[in-house]
Amino acid sequence: MKILVMVKQVPDTATRIRINSDGTGIATDGIKWIINPYDEFALEEALRLREKFGGEVVAVALGPSRVEEAIRQSLAMGADRAVHIKTEAELDASLVAEALGAVAREEGFDLILTGKQAVDDDAAQVGARLAVVLGVPQVTVVLKLEVDAESRRVRAERELEGASEMVEAPLPAVLTAQRGLNEPRYPTLPNIMKAKRKPVTVKTLEELGVGTVLQARVMALTLPSERPAGRILEGEPEETVRELVRLLHEEAKVL
Amino acid sequence: MPYPPYFTAEHDLFRQTVRRFVEQEITPVVAQWEEVGEFPRDILRRMAELGFLGVHYPPEVGGQGGDYFMAVVLAEELARSGAGGFPMALAVQTDMATPPIWRFGTAEQIARYLIPALKGEKLACLGITEPDHGSDVAGIETRARREGQGWLIQGSKTFITNGPRADFMTLVARTGDTPGYHGLSLFLVDLDLPGVVRTRLDKVGMRSSDTALFHFDQVRVPQQALLGEEGQGFYHIMWELQGERLISAAGALGSAQYAYDIACDYAKARKLFDRSLTGFQVIAHLLAEMATEIEAARQLTYETAWNFARGTISAKDIALAKLVSARMVNWVVDRAVQILGGHGYVADWPLERMWRDVRLNRIGAGTDEIMKEIISQEMGLRNS
Repeated sequence: MKILVMVKQVPDTATRIRINSDGTGIATDGIKWIINPYDEFALEEALRLREKFGGEVVAVALGPSRVEEAIRQSLAMGADRAVHIKTEAELDASLVAEALGAVAREEGFDLILTGKQAVDDDAAQVGARLAVVLGVPQVTVVLKLEVDAESRRVRAERELEGASEMVEAPLPAVLTAQRGLNEPRYPTLPNIMKAKRKPVTVKTLEELGVGTVLQARVMALTLPSERPAGRILEGEPEETVRELVRLLHEEAKVL
Repeated sequence: MPYPPYFTAEHDLFRQTVRRFVEQEITPVVAQWEEVGEFPRDILRRMAELGFLGVHYPPEVGGQGGDYFMAVVLAEELARSGAGGFPMALAVQTDMATPPIWRFGTAEQIARYLIPALKGEKLACLGITEPDHGSDVAGIETRARREGQGWLIQGSKTFITNGPRADFMTLVARTGDTPGYHGLSLFLVDLDLPGVVRTRLDKVGMRSSDTALFHFDQVRVPQQALLGEEGQGFYHIMWELQGERLISAAGALGSAQYAYDIACDYAKARKLFDRSLTGFQVIAHLLAEMATEIEAARQLTYETAWNFARGTISAKDIALAKLVSARMVNWVVDRAVQILGGHGYVADWPLERMWRDVRLNRIGAGTDEIMKEIISQEMGLRNS
């Protein structure tokens, strides 16, 4: 079974985010980067499927050279090899899906796994778009997965608000992972050392025939405004209660 | 970030992995271990499974095949659990009681003791110190006499880390009548033998590690229990002590850095008279001084470890690194407690525990005074 895992590098969730000088993105200097946690669930599931059925796990990541760190970690966790789509360009979800799709077509696959969303922009677009680009079924927000290699079908439990749904689909397919699917492994030291020798293929957007004309562009990025200080009403209870009721009606508009 | 020549991208990834492991599997439970006075043995098997045990031993003996700086990374990161006891117990297991087996042991001894120790199946301890003899190894009185096909051991060992539950001890005993350095030998002693009596010792810190006093009352061990050459025990154990001191220096760096990180974050966030603590020169300069002391000890320790890993074992440099890092970590942790004030003294924060734990760095693996004795001897001062 050949499985592709789409891995995105995102700022560590513990990093303090600052806005860049032109207000269109985050300042990336001094940031610690990690693999998107949902993509780690996807990678872990892929490794478990390979352990069960044999085959190959290929990690695919897109971004500038810093992304090599996420690739190395994927290889250290156990991916057999990786493809790095190297670009400095800021892409939107549709272009990312096109680029990943081009790699998937070149590679061929039985299954594509990725996170249900990335924790940086929370767009939850790429998995779904990728399935459309490739014309294969998609199952999103997967909580439990069974693969039948013989009949080439997957049975997946999806998480819904307050319910769960069981879905069946034929392979090849795109699945997106939800927290709870599994507990990702730590890379062991021997695997960390082996990772250095595993092949990483570098591709450019040009080679993949993907442009950089955006359909959607971030106009402005701002931090949430600071919460205004609380107000304390002073005076006699009869007056302050009256004032409080007035404020709840007129300013807070909760009554 | 890679830190050439010591740490490569692989070391960074290993550091990140160990840090995550410590955050997820040690820090949340270490207070419980401290309370009961020992770590659960499962954690050793878990760490073996994850490839964290014996990181710098070759795969043939059950190690992970990493270089010495992987062991440095592990020691530094385990210190970030905020407890010194368990990391010390682990260092005894992989860097103190077992290196002599790898270096001087027979294939059978390696199979019987080293490999199970690196799998976390057998717990190891090291028996050097005696009730009447500590750093003065040449004065050791525990005696092993030849009897029939084996040896008969009589004597006492104390302050033995892992002692209460250990499966075997790497023991230093006197086998000859020549006083001083020539009459000592190493033995591998199974601790379930008749005549082994152990008493648990209580102590001020390092409480997630258990410690024992041993009495060997006519304990009979086979001929094959001898480790290395008969009569060469002093030289064997002096070789062992170099690695022991170096890994203890690395652990001290980890503890100091962690205490500094806690104090620095606290000082930035804590407001006093409408300013953060770091807005006061007294605190900002103290933090600068702490960072300086850590970095100086770090450079000396890394440089010494670099040479050690390449086979240049300088007893003097190792003593310098051990002395400087032990004093530094006590100074830094004490200042970190001061910066946190009451928070530094109560058990809600890890600093009070670290403050108790790091006191041992100036005693264990050779006291400050012994380090100075080694340094002055190596400088030729004591003979002039």
